[in-house]
Amino acid sequence: MLVLQAIIDGILVGGFYALMAGGLTLVFGVMDIVNFAQGILVVLGAYLSYALYSHLNIDPFLSLLITIPVMFVVGIAVYWTMIKPIKQDRVIMSLLVMFAVGTVAEGILDLIFSSNLVEIHTSYVNSSVRLGSLVFPAIYLYAFAMSVVLLGGVYYLLYRTRFGRSLRASMQNPTAARLVGINTDWVSAFTLGIGVGLAAAGGMVFGLTNSFDAASSYDLISRLLAIVIFGGFGSLSGALIASIVMLVIQDLVAVVWSPTWGQTTFYLVLVLVLLLRPQGLLGRKAVRAQ
Amino acid sequence: MFVMKLHGKPGQRHRSRSAGLLAAGAAAALVLAACSSSGSSASSGSGSSTTPITIGVSVSLSGDFSGDGLATKQGYETWAAFQNAHGGILGRKIVLDFLSDGSSPTQVITNYQKLITVNHVNFVVGPYSTLLTKPASAIANRYGYVMIEGIGGGPSVFSQGLKNVFDVSASAAFQLITFAKWLASTHQPEDIAYASMTDPFLQPMLDGARSYLTAHGFKSVVYKLYPLETTDYTPIASAIAASKAPVVVLGTMPPDGYAFVQDLIQDKFSPKVLIEASGPDQGAAFVKAVGASNTGGIMVPNTWYPGSTYYQNAQMVALYLKMFGGTADNISADVAEAFSTGQVLTQAVDHNKSTSNSALESYLHSDVTFSSVQGPVKFLADGENGAATPFVFQWQKGTLQDVLPAGVAKPVPIMAAKPAWGAGG
Repeated sequence: MLVLQAIIDGILVGGFYALMAGGLTLVFGVMDIVNFAQGILVVLGAYLSYALYSHLNIDPFLSLLITIPVMFVVGIAVYWTMIKPIKQDRVIMSLLVMFAVGTVAEGILDLIFSSNLVEIHTSYVNSSVRLGSLVFPAIYLYAFAMSVVLLGGVYYLLYRTRFGRSLRASMQNPTAARLVGINTDWVSAFTLGIGVGLAAAGGMVFGLTNSFDAASSYDLISRLLAIVIFGGFGSLSGALIASIVMLVIQDLVAVVWSPTWGQTTFYLVLVLVLLLRPQGLLGRKAVRAQ
Repeated sequence: MFVMKLHGKPGQRHRSRSAGLLAAGAAAALVLAACSSSGSSASSGSGSSTTPITIGVSVSLSGDFSGDGLATKQGYETWAAFQNAHGGILGRKIVLDFLSDGSSPTQVITNYQKLITVNHVNFVVGPYSTLLTKPASAIANRYGYVMIEGIGGGPSVFSQGLKNVFDVSASAAFQLITFAKWLASTHQPEDIAYASMTDPFLQPMLDGARSYLTAHGFKSVVYKLYPLETTDYTPIASAIAASKAPVVVLGTMPPDGYAFVQDLIQDKFSPKVLIEASGPDQGAAFVKAVGASNTGGIMVPNTWYPGSTYYQNAQMVALYLKMFGGTADNISADVAEAFSTGQVLTQAVDHNKSTSNSALESYLHSDVTFSSVQGPVKFLADGENGAATPFVFQWQKGTLQDVLPAGVAKPVPIMAAKPAWGAGG
C-alpha cells in the first residue's frame, strides 16, 4: 500500500512540477532560450501569492487571476527590454541575460522579503481525502486539477488557435515564419509571457507546499532543467510525462529504499534515456511533427 | 511569545568543505612548520605570579562566520573580564590574544601557528565551527598544546584520534541525549520513526539518540535519510505515518521541519511524541507555517538559554549585557559556548596549579566533572562532553517552554503525550 501511496504522491506532485517546467520548455521551443531565471520566477510567483494572501487575505488560487497576468506582463517586458535588443549571438547572450534577470530578481526579493523562510498557510493546506488507507492531500489534488486545466489551456492555445499555429511555425522555422508575415517578435514575447505566467501558477502551489525564500530557486531550477531535458526540450507533453516519471521514481525509491537515492536513481534513468534517445522522450523533432 | 535564540542552522555552524581544501591547508601548515625557526614547545610551569596568562584564539571576524565569530570573541572577552574580576587564573591576570582568520581553514592554521610559536601564548582555545576547529586542533596537537573548545562539535573533530581536543558543549551525538534519556526513563520500549537530512551535524544528532534508544530496547521502524535539496517530503512522511510509530524523531532544519508537520497532518497521523532538531525553535515563523493549533507538544532541543540556572550563567548574562548591551534574549549561544570553554580551562589550571599543557591534558582526561554555564562537562576519551545535558523545549499553549532536564532552571512539566493535530495544547 505504501508503494501505491508513493505512486499517487508522485503523480500528484509531478502535476505541479509540470506546470513549473512547462514554461521553461515552451520558451526553449520557440526562442531557443534556456530560461535560467525560471526558478526565481517560480519563487516570485510564490511571493506574489504570499503577499496577496498575507496582506489582502486573497486566497492563493484566486490570486492567480492577478498574479498570472502580472507575470505575463513581466515576461513580455523582459523580452522587449532585454532579449529583443540582443543583435548578435542571441542564443548564448540570452542565456546570460536570463541568468542576470534571475540574479537581480533574487536580490530584490531578498531585499523586500528578507531571507527568512515564509509559507502560505491556508485553511485547506493541511486537509486531505482518505480512500481506505490511501491519502490524497487536498492541496495536491487542487494543484493537479489546476495543472491539467492550465496545461490543457496552453495545449489548446498551441494546437487549436491561429496564435498557436504562428507559434509552432516560429518553432519549426523562424525565418520562414517571418517570410509568411508572422511577427516572430510578438510570438516570442507572448511565449515568454506565457512561460512566466505558468511560473506564477507553479509558484503559488510551491508556496503552499514548501517554506521558501529567494534561494529556494536554486533547487528548483536544477530539477526543472532535468525534467525538461528528460521530456525533450520544447515539448509540453514531454514535460508533463517527465515530471510525473521523476516524482514517481523519487517517491518510490524513497519509500522502498532511501530518499537519499531518489534523485540519484532519477538521474541514472535520465542518462539512460538520453543515451538511447538524445532528444528526450518527446524532443523537438516529435513536437514539430505534431 | 518566547523565541529561542539558537545559534544558526546546524548545517551552518558545522560546515565542512572539501578535503582538498583541508589538504591544501595542512600542506601550507607543514611548510610553515618547516620554515618556522621558533623552537616550540608547550608552555609549562607556573610562571611568575605577576606575569599575565596569555590565551591565544583565532576568531572569524570576517567571511562566512563573521556574525558568529564576533559572538565567540565576545564570549571569550566576557569570560576573561569575569575571571579577572575574580582573581584571574592562579592569581594571574588573563590576557586574550586574538587573531582573525576570515573564516578560512587555511588562515586558522597560520594563526594558531603564530600564537604558539611566535606569540608564545600559555594556552590556546578553540575557534568557531567544526570546519576551523579540526585543523586548529591538529596544529595545537603538533606543538603539545591542549585545545579546549566549545563550538566545534562535528564528528570530524573527534574522529581525528587526537588526545588534545576537548569540547565543552554538547557535540552532535549528544544534542538529543536529554530527550532520549527522558524517553527511556518514562516510556516502555516502543517503535520509533527516524528521518534526517544528510547533514554533517543533523545526522549524527539523530544517530546519537537512535543509538541510545536502541540500546534501551526501543525499535527503529523507519530510518530515512534525505538530501539537502529535497523539496517533497510526502513519501517520507507517508512511510512514517504507515509505520504508526508512536515516537517520531526528525533531524530537520526549518523548511523540512515545517513540511513534515504539514505532511503528517495531511496523513492524519499524530504521533504521541514528536521532536525536531530545528524548526519548532523558530517561534512565530513556526506557528505561522504549521498553524497555532498544531504546535502543542512538539519538542526541540537547545544547548543553552539565558534563563538557565547552570553554574555562573546569571553572572555571565549580567556581565555580557553590561559589556555589550542588548537584551538577554538576543545573546547568542556562541557566547555561552566560549564562556564555558574559559570556565573549564580555569577550573583545570587552578586545580593543577600549573600552566603545563601536558598536565592540563592529563587532568582533562581524568574523568573529572567540570561546571559550566551549559551544564556539567566530563570528557570522553575522544574529547566529547559525555555529561552534556542539553535542554529540551516544548510547545505548550502557544509558548515554547523549557521542559527538560528537570531540576535545572524552572522547567514546566513536560506534556508526555502530544495532543492530536488541531487540538491546540
